[in-house]
Amino acid sequence: MQHGKYRFIAGFLAVPLAIYAVFVISPFVQAIYYSLTDWTGLSSDMKMVGFDNYARLLKDSVFWSAVGNSVTLLLLLPVVTLSLGLFFAFMLNVGGRRRKKAVIGGVRGSGTYKIVYFFPQVLSVPIVALLFQFAYNPESGALNALFKAIGLGQVQPDWLGDPQIALWCVMAAMVWANVGFYVVLFSAGMSSIPKDFYEAALLDGANRINTFFRITLPLLWDTVQTGWIYMGILALDVSAFAFVQIMSVGPGGPDYSTEVLPLYVYQKTFRDGQAGYATAIGVSLLIVTLIFSAIVMRLGRRERLEF
Amino acid sequence: MSAQTGPAGRPDATDSDTTNPGVTNPGVTNSDVTKAKPADAGRGGPANGAAGRPDTKSSEGGVLNVFSHGVLVIWGLLVAMPLLWAVVSSFKDDTEIFGSPWGLPSVLHFDNWSRAWDKANMGQYFLNSLIVVGGSLIGTMLLGAMAAYVLARFDFPGNRFLYFLFVGGMGFPVILALVPLFFVMKNMALLDTYHGLILVYIAYSLPFTVFFLSGFFKTLPTSVAEAALIDGASHTRIFFQVMLPMAKPGLISVGIFNFLGQWNQYLLPTVLNVGDPHKKMLTQGLVALAVSQGYKGDWSGLFAGLTIAMLPVLAAYIIFQRQVVAGLTAGALK
Repeated sequence: MQHGKYRFIAGFLAVPLAIYAVFVISPFVQAIYYSLTDWTGLSSDMKMVGFDNYARLLKDSVFWSAVGNSVTLLLLLPVVTLSLGLFFAFMLNVGGRRRKKAVIGGVRGSGTYKIVYFFPQVLSVPIVALLFQFAYNPESGALNALFKAIGLGQVQPDWLGDPQIALWCVMAAMVWANVGFYVVLFSAGMSSIPKDFYEAALLDGANRINTFFRITLPLLWDTVQTGWIYMGILALDVSAFAFVQIMSVGPGGPDYSTEVLPLYVYQKTFRDGQAGYATAIGVSLLIVTLIFSAIVMRLGRRERLEF
Repeated sequence: MSAQTGPAGRPDATDSDTTNPGVTNPGVTNSDVTKAKPADAGRGGPANGAAGRPDTKSSEGGVLNVFSHGVLVIWGLLVAMPLLWAVVSSFKDDTEIFGSPWGLPSVLHFDNWSRAWDKANMGQYFLNSLIVVGGSLIGTMLLGAMAAYVLARFDFPGNRFLYFLFVGGMGFPVILALVPLFFVMKNMALLDTYHGLILVYIAYSLPFTVFFLSGFFKTLPTSVAEAALIDGASHTRIFFQVMLPMAKPGLISVGIFNFLGQWNQYLLPTVLNVGDPHKKMLTQGLVALAVSQGYKGDWSGLFAGLTIAMLPVLAAYIIFQRQVVAGLTAGALK
């Protein structure tokens, strides 16, 4: 019996564990090792160089602009996306005309709004990034055409070609792609808050803005915190890479104004043949990610509210 | 989270002074809600809470309603317009796209679509994505469910360690692993192959799948499996014939999550699948199309390609709307 149990456990775990170990665990471990070598990635020659790669990072100005842009995304993208998500979800759930039986109510047609808002979530990053790239096109893009049509013919920004605003243009696309998910997520959370909490607060003279900050937000805090971590990882990792790589000129330009850490890792490996140095950049990205998660966990620690 | 009511469940930490909903605060009289409420309002929830309240539409509610519909419609348009614009543009010719980006097409150019499907290889890319995602989705679900089941229902030394090994993969930046992964794949001759990509997709989907499904298996009752064990069924048979059918709702949620994640995957094929232009995934093919159209100037073909990539997913989403939303939000709500 016992023997059979262990054979069963081993049999079920062997294949998933092997695949996971070969393609996920071992690359992560190797990355730490390679970051201490001068490996080019082109040949199998390499020698240990200790912390030389990390010392070089400190003097690399492109690396620091990538850090700056990644941290900008990390700080702003979650705030903007989650705030818009909370705002629209609150409007959906509380903005309704008063009906006979409820003090607060959802707006009419909230289901339709949610279906439409969720569209970008099912589309791939390349689709969204290309759509925005067309919209930003300075000569024939939808945005500049719109400006002309409403009489703002002089205002014809270069959008992605202007180093001052290129990063904001990329960020706008990322916000657009992610708000809908949080509207739906927060909306589900809000509709599970008992209505008589609001009733009691309104009775006591609170206005709706007060009820949002005093009732809705505290009760949704766990979900907001989870969303914050998701958005932070998105801003640092794969999603930021894909948006910047597809949308920006260069990519990463103009003048490194949209360079982000994951893109720099990719370029150093596959464009410049400096795999050892690239993994050192990757390790620094890992450190930024861990610091971020630790801060969110620490700041977000509150008493869990049961209701 | 249960929706229980009553004073015990009230949010003490919200700083609001909602001590007893039955007592109206005499200091506040400017709100019509206060005046209209009978003294017992709120006690029994919204169903009978407002009984006897005169049906007055307060100006506050009305203004708020107009405002909320206003902002909601604006965001709805911001979301829908770019998608609609891409679909409309896919029927225009190039001069129309440049000359009047917001206008409607004078003639419906269906040839854009056939050009994108055949000449620009979108049809081939679509098929490639289907093959790879089909294989990896089956693999992910089967292997993920097997690992999750064992980790959730069996005690053995190292169980917790393996669980956290799997789940830990969710929080690490994938890009860090990508450089060594490229060389691992190269050494195993897996670069630019369907089966190589399938294996990698499975590996990177396992953390979330194991996390989600092991939580799900823990919630299932043990009695059915025990009864089957007494009847002499093997562990393997119990898994396939008892536990998997019982876990169907969880499997559907995580299956949709994985399908969309793998179908929309861009980073992994961009690094691991670049050798053979005919083996591109749909997402890669689209980006390659955008780059090559820059030289050829075939913008209408590009919009058609974009629409081809976009519409099936949107259509599937609209049909399975409820399940898709449940699947994608399942992870964040846990």
